[in-house]
Amino acid sequence: MAVKVIIPTPLRQYAGKQESVAVDAASVGEALAALTSKYAELQKHLYADDGRLRSFVNVYVNDEDIRFLEREKTSVREGDTISIVPSIAGGR
Amino acid sequence: MAAKTEIPTAQPALSKEEVLRYSRHLIMPEVGMEGQLKLKQARVLLIGTGGLGAPLGLYLTAAGVGRIGLVDFDKVDFTNLQRQVTFSTSDVGRPKIEAAVERLSGLNPEIQIETYETRLTSENALDILREYDVVVDGTDNFPTRYLVNDACMLLGKPNVYGSIFRFEGQATIFGYPGGPCYRCLYPEPPPPGLVPSCAEGGVLGVLPGIVGAIQAMETIKLILGKGELLVGRLLQFDALAMRFREFKLRKDPACPLCGEKRTVTRLIDYAEFCGIRGEEAPTTTVNIPEITPRELKTRLDRGDDLFILDVREPHEYQICNLGGYLIPLGEVPKRVSELDSSREIVAHCRSGKRSADAVEFLQKAGFRKIWNLKGGILAWSDEVDPRVPKY
Repeated sequence: MAVKVIIPTPLRQYAGKQESVAVDAASVGEALAALTSKYAELQKHLYADDGRLRSFVNVYVNDEDIRFLEREKTSVREGDTISIVPSIAGGR
Repeated sequence: MAAKTEIPTAQPALSKEEVLRYSRHLIMPEVGMEGQLKLKQARVLLIGTGGLGAPLGLYLTAAGVGRIGLVDFDKVDFTNLQRQVTFSTSDVGRPKIEAAVERLSGLNPEIQIETYETRLTSENALDILREYDVVVDGTDNFPTRYLVNDACMLLGKPNVYGSIFRFEGQATIFGYPGGPCYRCLYPEPPPPGLVPSCAEGGVLGVLPGIVGAIQAMETIKLILGKGELLVGRLLQFDALAMRFREFKLRKDPACPLCGEKRTVTRLIDYAEFCGIRGEEAPTTTVNIPEITPRELKTRLDRGDDLFILDVREPHEYQICNLGGYLIPLGEVPKRVSELDSSREIVAHCRSGKRSADAVEFLQKAGFRKIWNLKGGILAWSDEVDPRVPKY
């Protein structure tokens, strides 16, 4: 299934400066694996050493937070958009 | 979620001058006299008077929010003027609070402004926030954001949240009755060093204007009790693409602050929360050999063969440089072969942080004669050559 992964501003530098990356996947986990195999540097920004998604990085399928679905096992369908939304704190 | 917050209606009516001042509000049924009196009775606390705080302060003052509290401890500097539109060039060096009060009371003398020229801490937060109906988070760092969130939840105050990075912004309302909090959205902050601050990452000057204006709008809607509030929704804005997107934001049953099993029941040490428990504890910079700008100058003047390695980005090199060889930090690993480990190398960046990472990496790669320029090109400008512009 072709899905689009939207890369947030702070992580674009690790993804060839791209705004989004198209991957072929049936689940969120597969999509992120495809992404990190293409852009290895993203790995440490998305996952902690224990292999879990970092707690300051949220992942959404369309507008749903995968933490309230089936996390990385959440299935994706053709045309879905996966968004990576990390915590940002700037304000000055 | 529909707005429900009720601010008690004021007894005193508006003066003739106020009626004229707020006439564009008064003639709209969504505000009207009732809404304008709610605004006049409302007490809003702005935490931070910087990029987000500027449009917030200006619009809430102009709109007639009766009592506005300002929390900031900073002084105005030249780099603020690109986006902090409350301040004038002549304000540089003044406390932000002082300059903001002057500007805001000039804009609307009917408003009562309370000032707190202090850093918000776990010790003073509850006492300061308690006096207000709505809290608006315009701070610039994770510890203060978690502090504001926790204090708002403990006191039951809505927290109008906005944050920015480069050309991306986020906004939502936390702490609305029954709604999620910041910890529901992000249980933990990133470890230090993984996410650059605005000072390191830059920010497009208009961006805080847009995000701060969204916060001001939501604050006013909260007070009026009108419209669909940004509750349970995270609004994300990409200025480069000029695209707004919305994500569902749910209350997390496992939230330690507002979930089913609450483990956070009072304010904690937020520096510790955001720092020490980071997965990538800052073990670096301990054994990084350093050279001060003065030492470097002395050695260059006496003709020592030193290779200057600049690990900043090309656009930074254009602002100012020391004539060094440019390899941006991110490219150092794959461009190591361009460096000669038999020569003495001094690495530098803007402030000395990125070059410390480069030195650490190169040490691991076998480089032995390598130093980090302490304080970076900023310190060079301060201590050696003031003609080098600081940014």
